[in-house]
Amino acid sequence: MSDKFNDFSRRSILKAGAASAFVASTPMFFISGANAAEYCNSPTGSTVTLGFNVPQTGAYADEGADELRAYKLAVKHLNGEGDGGMMNTFKPSVLKGNGILGKKVAFVTGDTQTKSDAARASAKRMIEKDGAVMITGGSSSGVAIAVQGLCQEAGIIFMAGLTHSNDTTGKDKRANGFRHFFNAYMSGAALGPVLEKEYGKERQAYHLTADYTWGWTQEESMKNTTEALGWKTTKTVKTPVGAGDFSQYITPVLNSGADVLILNHYGKDMINSLTQAVQFGLRDKQVNGKNFEIVVPLFSRLMAQGAGESIKGILGSTNWNWSLKDDASQAFVKSFGAEYGTPPSMAAHTCYCQALLYANACETAGTFSPEGVAKSLEGFKFDGLGNGATEYRAEDHQCFKDVLVVRGNQNPTSQFDLLEVVEITPRSQVEYDWKIFGGNLGPVNSKAC
Amino acid sequence: MDAIFLQILNGLDKGGAYALIALGLTLAFGTLGVVNFAHGALFMLGAFCAVAFNKLVSLQQIVLDPTKTTAWGTPLEIKTPYVEAWFGDFGTFLINYSVPFSILVTIPIMLIIGIVMERGLIRHFYNRPHADQILVTFGLAIVLEEIIKHFFGANPIPQSAPDIVSGSANIGLWLGMGEAIVYPWWRLVYFAFSAVVIFAVFAFLQFTTYGMVVRAGMFDRHTVGLLGINIQKRFTVIFGLAAVVAGMAGAMYTPIYPPDYAIGMQFLVLSFVVVVVGGMGSLGGAVTAGFLLGILQSFASMNEIKSIFPGIDQIIIYLVAVIILLTLPRGLLGRKGVMED
Repeated sequence: MSDKFNDFSRRSILKAGAASAFVASTPMFFISGANAAEYCNSPTGSTVTLGFNVPQTGAYADEGADELRAYKLAVKHLNGEGDGGMMNTFKPSVLKGNGILGKKVAFVTGDTQTKSDAARASAKRMIEKDGAVMITGGSSSGVAIAVQGLCQEAGIIFMAGLTHSNDTTGKDKRANGFRHFFNAYMSGAALGPVLEKEYGKERQAYHLTADYTWGWTQEESMKNTTEALGWKTTKTVKTPVGAGDFSQYITPVLNSGADVLILNHYGKDMINSLTQAVQFGLRDKQVNGKNFEIVVPLFSRLMAQGAGESIKGILGSTNWNWSLKDDASQAFVKSFGAEYGTPPSMAAHTCYCQALLYANACETAGTFSPEGVAKSLEGFKFDGLGNGATEYRAEDHQCFKDVLVVRGNQNPTSQFDLLEVVEITPRSQVEYDWKIFGGNLGPVNSKAC
Repeated sequence: MDAIFLQILNGLDKGGAYALIALGLTLAFGTLGVVNFAHGALFMLGAFCAVAFNKLVSLQQIVLDPTKTTAWGTPLEIKTPYVEAWFGDFGTFLINYSVPFSILVTIPIMLIIGIVMERGLIRHFYNRPHADQILVTFGLAIVLEEIIKHFFGANPIPQSAPDIVSGSANIGLWLGMGEAIVYPWWRLVYFAFSAVVIFAVFAFLQFTTYGMVVRAGMFDRHTVGLLGINIQKRFTVIFGLAAVVAGMAGAMYTPIYPPDYAIGMQFLVLSFVVVVVGGMGSLGGAVTAGFLLGILQSFASMNEIKSIFPGIDQIIIYLVAVIILLTLPRGLLGRKGVMED
């Protein structure tokens, strides 16, 4: 009995000790849990889930596929696999190659179909069903603005993919949204001096513009830039998105007196309008004693591939090109090329950067909370991601960096060598006052979902 | 004046494409009574016959150059088309003329596709409501689109016209109207091509015994059947012919409009409007309406017109369709009794 009593006492003491330790730790346990629940989809297990919302079907499916390749490569690098790519050149960086905050990075994907409603639905599904703590990707400004709004309401960080409209970080900016890609204003500002140098100050420009948010802001930016050079705007014509046959819009240009055609088109529209403009002999024309010229303000290599021969000699701007020789770009091209056998597109580049920037912001903040992440990203100055010294401006969450002016390569050495860099426009030349585009960031939504 | 003339030319080449698709649609409807929503996909398949043919003749032999490397460290690939390596100048000629030559492979391929489609799927829906036919053919169109997207990607794939017709013709000089009127050679070729195909189809139906039987069958298939003629077999061939017409229209259109998997759907909707405006089952109506609506659409896109009626270019075809159907319920040349049961 006494032995039993002694045994019991010893066990009781041990149990009591364990219970006391548990009770003592309980407040911390609950506090920690409370913190986790303070923001949407706080990761609780050993993994953190990111949502890659890219066009997997529809007009920009090829671009979306390249974005997805870049995200997968970024996940690989973040988890410490592969050669590390631009993680080796990115600075200042606290990324360790052990996931994010010690959690292995997992991902889910959604198909935006390049439609705002479909993009919102897939983002919603990834947030509500898959527990994605961040949404990123996209190839259209309409989609980016729609998904950014959704993420703001849901309390999720949105790292935009390819979106070039001024509105994304202008009148439609949101505190939970961040854009690494450049915008229409910057395209205009970068192209201006090159256009003046190449085509002079006395020109008459005719604009064909895709009739949606990106087209409008692109036209406005190009119009402002060229008119500041002394050019006259002959006419601006809106064309329906996906018009296909642009012949009825191109024939009026022939006799309009204009000597420059500015195609504010992207994607399929750009491929079709440019191809058809060249077929109509615009580039062989002489107007006002000058060679007729065509300008495509936003270029992408994937689209250049689609336009074939027509792209040769055409001026435009781009966010990044694989032919850049800096260490970061080379590291990324090497890593991407070894993985997939092709060089990355600018869409792939911006998406890879966004994934790394988000991960680094989480590590810096020590949390996945949107508030902490936003605080880390706002005003963050970095280098080594292929665009030189870059800053995420706090006031509008827009990245500022050098912009490339490119020309369709006259003598490509390979099927990928389609754009030659004419000029790297310094960041200072493309900066602007964030107030000019209006809008209001508002507070970061970091509440539980 | 110049602008009006240019818009007429625009309308003619676009109308040529509408007319060819609508002609095929009407052939299928007139013979088999099937509303074929996969007809646009046949146009698309024809376009991709041209793309595939070009890829085939452009197949390259790859030699690795160990002295040079790619940006990602692998040896540089030196590529030369096999046909150039094997046949020299003839190989270059073949690549240059790949679009017109592709017609030679498009015809048998589309004929087989058409016959397989009719025998394998469409025939099971002859006696089903039109809604069922629309659903199944629309589904088929989506399947065909996805297959093409899987193999060729989602981006448009440009095709070049032969060098000799890749520039623009100075039509203004020909007609003594000054140098302002230039028009791409290939679009003129396309218009001429569509006119020849339309003429050939009409001649086949009008001047051959086979065509005469088919026309008789279109008018009264039961009576023709009672005469001991296997009219169903002939209708199957005509369905194949409709697929060939759509395929050729698509193949020859590729230098004008870089094809992607969705190109057929873009033309299909307008072509149905063309068929309805022309008159269901009327071949002449389909051709007339194709050119008419093509020209109207081009005129509606003129800045002068749009400044008075903004957005008119987007709705003109439907607006005209409504007006014509209100005044001529059977369309321009529609027959009594067609789709009126």
